[in-house]
This record gives sequence, C-alpha cells and structure tokens, in this order.
Amino acid sequence: MLRFIARRILIAIPTIIIVSVLVFTLQQLLPGDPVLTMAGEERDPQVLAFLREKYRLDDPIPLQYFAWIGQVLQGNLGISLRTDIPVLTLILGKLPVTLELAIFAMIIALAIGIPAGVISAVRKGTAVDYAANVVALSGLSIPNFWLGILLIMLVSVRWQLLPASGFVPPSEDLWLNIKTMIMPAFVLGTGLAASLMRHTRSAMLGVLRSDYIRTARAKGLLSRVIILKHALRNALIPIITLSTLLFGELLAGAVLTEQIFTIPGFGKLVVDAVFNRDYAVVQGVVLCTAVGFIVMNLLADVLYVLVNPRLRHAQ
Amino acid sequence: MRPIFMAAAAAGLLIGTAASAQTLRIGLQEDPDVLDPHRARTFVGRIVFTSLCDKLVEITPELKFVPQLATEWQWSGDNKTLTMKLRPGVKFHDGETMNAAAVKVNLDRARTLPDSLRKSELGSVESVDVVDDNTIAIKVSRPDATLVSQLSDRAGMIMSPKALAAPDFAQKPVCSGPYQFVERVQNDRIILDRFKDYWDAKNYNFDRLVFTPIPDTTVRLANLKAGNLDILERLAPSDVADVKADPKLVFAPVSGIGYQGLTINTSNGERAKGPLGRDKRVRQALQLAIDRDVINEVVGQGIFPPATQPFPLASAFNDKKFAESKRDVAKAKALLKEAGVDRVKFELSFGNSTTTQQIAEIMQAMAAEAGFDISLRPTEFAALQKEAQAGNFDVNAIGWSGRVDPDGNIHQFVTCKGGLNDGRYCNAEVDRLLNEARSINDDEKRKALYDSAQAILQDELPIIYSYYQPWPFVVAKKVEGFKAYPDGMIRLKGVKFAS
Repeated sequence: MLRFIARRILIAIPTIIIVSVLVFTLQQLLPGDPVLTMAGEERDPQVLAFLREKYRLDDPIPLQYFAWIGQVLQGNLGISLRTDIPVLTLILGKLPVTLELAIFAMIIALAIGIPAGVISAVRKGTAVDYAANVVALSGLSIPNFWLGILLIMLVSVRWQLLPASGFVPPSEDLWLNIKTMIMPAFVLGTGLAASLMRHTRSAMLGVLRSDYIRTARAKGLLSRVIILKHALRNALIPIITLSTLLFGELLAGAVLTEQIFTIPGFGKLVVDAVFNRDYAVVQGVVLCTAVGFIVMNLLADVLYVLVNPRLRHAQ
Repeated sequence: MRPIFMAAAAAGLLIGTAASAQTLRIGLQEDPDVLDPHRARTFVGRIVFTSLCDKLVEITPELKFVPQLATEWQWSGDNKTLTMKLRPGVKFHDGETMNAAAVKVNLDRARTLPDSLRKSELGSVESVDVVDDNTIAIKVSRPDATLVSQLSDRAGMIMSPKALAAPDFAQKPVCSGPYQFVERVQNDRIILDRFKDYWDAKNYNFDRLVFTPIPDTTVRLANLKAGNLDILERLAPSDVADVKADPKLVFAPVSGIGYQGLTINTSNGERAKGPLGRDKRVRQALQLAIDRDVINEVVGQGIFPPATQPFPLASAFNDKKFAESKRDVAKAKALLKEAGVDRVKFELSFGNSTTTQQIAEIMQAMAAEAGFDISLRPTEFAALQKEAQAGNFDVNAIGWSGRVDPDGNIHQFVTCKGGLNDGRYCNAEVDRLLNEARSINDDEKRKALYDSAQAILQDELPIIYSYYQPWPFVVAKKVEGFKAYPDGMIRLKGVKFAS
C-alpha cells in the first residue's frame, strides 16, 4: 500500500512541473504588457523601465520561469503587482469563500436533483416526469448570469428579501453570511441539479428494472421501502462519482457567479488578475488550483484502493 | 400595558437604527489598486484617497484652486520658487503632526521613489526646502504653471512620514484626511472611519465609509435600489431613464474633465501611411462625417456632451470658437475628392465595452455615408494599450480621464516627444506654443497660447475629440448635500443623511 502511494506521488511530481511550465508560458501569450497596465494613464518612461527591471520582465522567459519557480519552492508565491498584497495571503483569504459557495451550491443541487430524479423515475411517463424534465432542461439551458441578474431584480430590488450582492464572512455574522450566499448558491446549483436529476433518473430506471427489485415487490414490501432503501441506495453509486466530478465544475462555474454577485472569491480574484495582467496572482492561483486537483485525485485513488480490495491485489 | 411596552420597544429599536445608521456605503466600478498615492494609478483609488488623504491644494467645481493643507501660496518674481504656508495644528491619523518637514518628506518621496507614478507630475521640481515649521519652498528648474494643479491631486497628498517608513504602508495607509483607514478586503470592501482630530471635523457627518467594488453596472444599480448602497459612481447610460423615474433615487451627473476621442496614427510606423494618416483633408472629412449629437442622444442618453477640444466645459481654457463642428456629408465628400481619394478604408480599434462598441458602430455607419469603410476591432484594454504604443493601429478610440490644468489634457498627446502621443503627431510650432504655455503663470497669456495651438490642431486633427467623459453619480434620496465635481471625485464635506 505504501509503495502504491509513493508511486502515485512520484507520478504527480512531473505533472506539477508540466503544469507550472504551462501556467508560466501560456500567460506570456496574453496580449498586452503588464508594465503598461501597471504604470497607469501617464506611462512615465522612467517608471516603465523601473518596473520592467523590478519584475525582470526583460529577462528571457526560461530565466523568468526559474526565478519564479525557485521562489515558489521556498513557499513564496510573490506579491500582487496591483495591490502589493502577498499572493499567498490573497489565495488563503479567497479560497474559503469559494469553497463555501461551492459546497452550498452542491447541497442545493443534491437537494433538488436527487429527489426530482427519483420521482420522475418512479412516475415515468406521467405528467410529473415530463414536468420534471422540462424544469431540468431549463435549469441546464438558462445561463447563470441571466438567472443571477433576474433573481437580483426580483428578490432584492422588488421584494427586498435578500442582499443584492456582496459577501459577509460567517465569523462576522453567520445569518447575514447565509443570506448573501443563498442566491449565488442557488444560481450555481440549479445547473448542476438539472444534470444530477437526469442521471439519478436513468440510474433509478436501470435499478428499478433489476431482478432483486422484482423479488422485493413479490415479497410484498412497501413501495416506499423498495424505492428508498433498495433502489436508491444502489442507484446512488454512479451519482456519487458524478457529484465529485461536478464539484470541480462548480469551482469553474463560480468564476462567473462571483462576478455577478460580487463575491470576493477565487474566481473573481483570477479574472481581475487576468484583466490587470497581474502575472504573480494568475500564476499563483492557477498553480494552486492545479496542485489541489492533483492532490484530490491522489486521495481519490488511494480511497478507491482502500475501499475496493480487488484493486489492491491488482497492485 | 403590553401594547405600550411594545411601542416603546419599537421606538427604541428605531432610534437605535437611526443612531447606528451613520455609515455611508459607496459603490465603485472596480477595486482600487495599491493604497499609496505615490504609486496608485486607478481612478477609483483617487475616490478613496479623497476621503483618506488631504492634499496641499483643493479644487472647486469651477476648477479653481483653493486651500486644503496649504492655506496660501505664492510664486517668486522669477517663477522659480513656489512658497506655501501650511495649515497649523493638523494631525495625521497616527497622531503625528503635519508640518513642513512632513511635506518635504512626501514631495521628495514622490519625486524619487523608484516606482513612484508621480515623477513626471513633479518633473520640474528641483528641491523642496523647509523654510520654517509651517512654510515650505518648492524650487523648480523651469517655470512650471502646472505645479499647483499637480499638488491638487495625488502628488500633493501628504502621508505620515512615520507610517511611510513601514514596508507595508499601502496596506495601512496613514494620512490626514477626514476619514482614517480601518480595513481592506481585496475585491470586497475598504472601510474608513471618521477621524476625530480632523481640522474640519465638524463638516463631516458620517461615522464610517464603506467602499464596495461592484463591476457590473446593473448589479451596482440593483444594490442602490435595494438599499445596500447610498451612492454609486458611473451609471451606465442605458440606465439613466430608469434612475430618473425612480422617486427614491437622485441622478447627479456632471460633465468631467476628461474626454473620449479618436487618435489617428499620423506617423507611427507603416500604418500611418494610409490616406488618413498622410492627408489632413481626409481627417477633416472624417470629423465632418461624424454627428456628435447623435452619439450623445443615442448612446449617451444625453450625458455625453459633444467635445471638439481637449479642454473641459468647466475649464477657463475651453473656447467656444472651437466648439462648432456640425455634420456635413457633402463637404466631407468634397474634401475626399480634393484629396484625390474615393473611398477610404481604415481599422478602428477600441477597448471592449458596450458603450465604446455602440459608439464605434454609430461612427462606422455615419462615416460610411461620406466615403469611409471602417472595420471595427474591439480589443481587450491591456492589449489595446500595447498596440497603440507600438503603432499597430490606424485609428484608436481612446479616452483620457483629464487633468485640472489644461497642460495635462494636451501636452503629452500632441507634442513630438509626448509620452502619450501614440500617433506620433509632430509639429514644431505646436511644440513651441505648448511648451511656452506650461511655463508662464499668467492665465490670460496661457489662454492665448492654447488658442493658437488649438487653431493648428483643429486644422490638422491628430485627435478627433468625440465627447466629454461624464461622471454620472446616483445618490439615494436620503443623502443630502452631495455635489458632483468635474474630476469625478466624491467629496463628503457637508454631505449627510436627511433627518
């Protein structure tokens, strides 16, 4: 087992190196000059020259890369060119916000998607099934930004029920934190709920046709028990795999949702950094995200092996 | 008994809310950059500084200079020394005293800090001398008429020298303005609290200011309507009618000191060699093809006043004789014929935004009638800037946020070596006039020089101005006493909530 983990870590190292090179070089392909962006409207030539020198932007790209990666290995992700705040501080400050949003959205997606999928599978071919399908399709097709602005107009401006945008840390005011999170999490969660519903429905249909369900019915078990205890449990296995995959998608979707609802999270951080050519922040954020994904994958692999003895023997 | 008790409790609650409601919430279009006036570059950063950092000189809505930290100032006979008397008894937020030594530290820092963005603004300054505790003498290498105006903006903001010594000053800025720094969460909020020892504290009514960056204009307005904001800056023109119809909001636009226009590549590389770059008659025809009133009405909803010169409407250097340019397609066609061209093709590059896109499309349609085939090239802003410098453009739609002194709106853009002269227009006579205008302190003589320069520029048209950049503020009805200034800053002196 230890050998397996060690091998997986060894494989992860070249992946991280490749990612770091990609992050660095792709960014150089962005049009525009970070120094011009930084030097402000006046573009004082003296300042331009100084900034170029300070951030070593005239060095050959490989040299710039090694200077950067050398610092990263020492735990220094650099300083934001725009605000002077260390990149690590920014990342640590923004990550919990996005995670909260993603978890919230996931809960909403699961709470809507799974029951809707079960109901439409059980009532297959009825009006309820069609209605659920229409709702699911709308959930998939309505763009986040449109739904977001619509909700703001209705819920915040017309009914004045929830704050229109912004973020309050839970440590400051838990209730206000939840209130600011409801709309963005709903917007982010509905798209996922739709695909979860579709998958739950087909998984349930598959399970409901199997022999053991027929046996259960023949035994005269209550329909409710059959559906919830026997069928759903088995149907959930692919759904759980899907949900973990979708969680990554959620983090990506958060970029747009954070823009609309002005939530100071990871997504907004990286979008602003790209527009301002804040190289240090873009590099730091993308690198951290990539490393995060690799670590999650590693954990998942290890968990699979722990849970499934057959895989262990295959080692 | 019970209803009485409940009514009393409710009343208590109301009073409690009223007493704690002295927080003014301001919605900004973007998150400010570094909070150090010498290194900052954003417009929204200046809005925060206006409440945080007092300057030596303040301006009026009419763009006149009035005292702030400096109570009076005077140029020496040879125009080489500016002597300023400082307001006595002013404290920084950290309790230190603001005096001549502190001003010297600040001005020297602005001039010498390697990444100071204020260097060119104070480029003429040779030395800063402490005369006595409350008097400072600024010596210049050449007479510089723009100096006082520079000291009315970030270059003249005075920070606490003790706090400046800290390496993380920008994260905890210490100045002497009416409000002091409390907290900043990037992309989320900047909080300032009332500074009790401020020299003019009685005129500032809010206990706390919260600046929130909300980049989406629709969401920014929704927040104001929902009561989550009290003031917002830069309303989208498309929302003007909606705001005017809302009884809970007050629309407070002001025509700014900046402008939008078309910079034409007249001699920056290969792309200057088309008919537009070579022949002023083609440029004149282009100007005649454009109807600025249409841009104002259709895109600007009436808040984009037509501009035909770089100096803002509020400026004493704006001259009505340069204000006339009506659309005249027949004359435009005649000019093209005279220049020996039938149809002129060029590419119009512009920063990617809804407003600029709309304007570019309208210009494209109007100019087509006169004989111009314009292809549009929306470009992301950072990329646009770089291409502009490199000369990789025919015509750029680019704006300038504007400066109070006329020099700031013209010199860098049309002088041969001007740092912002992307089209590399060059005319020795214009250089001479503009260099002379920045070196004399007599406004009347300066005006005459600017008029002469403008007469040439109106004929040669290296830049075709389109409209003055407005600063459309929207204020909740309960906010009283707000006055929009042409520089787009939010000044809170005398502003309060209706009782």
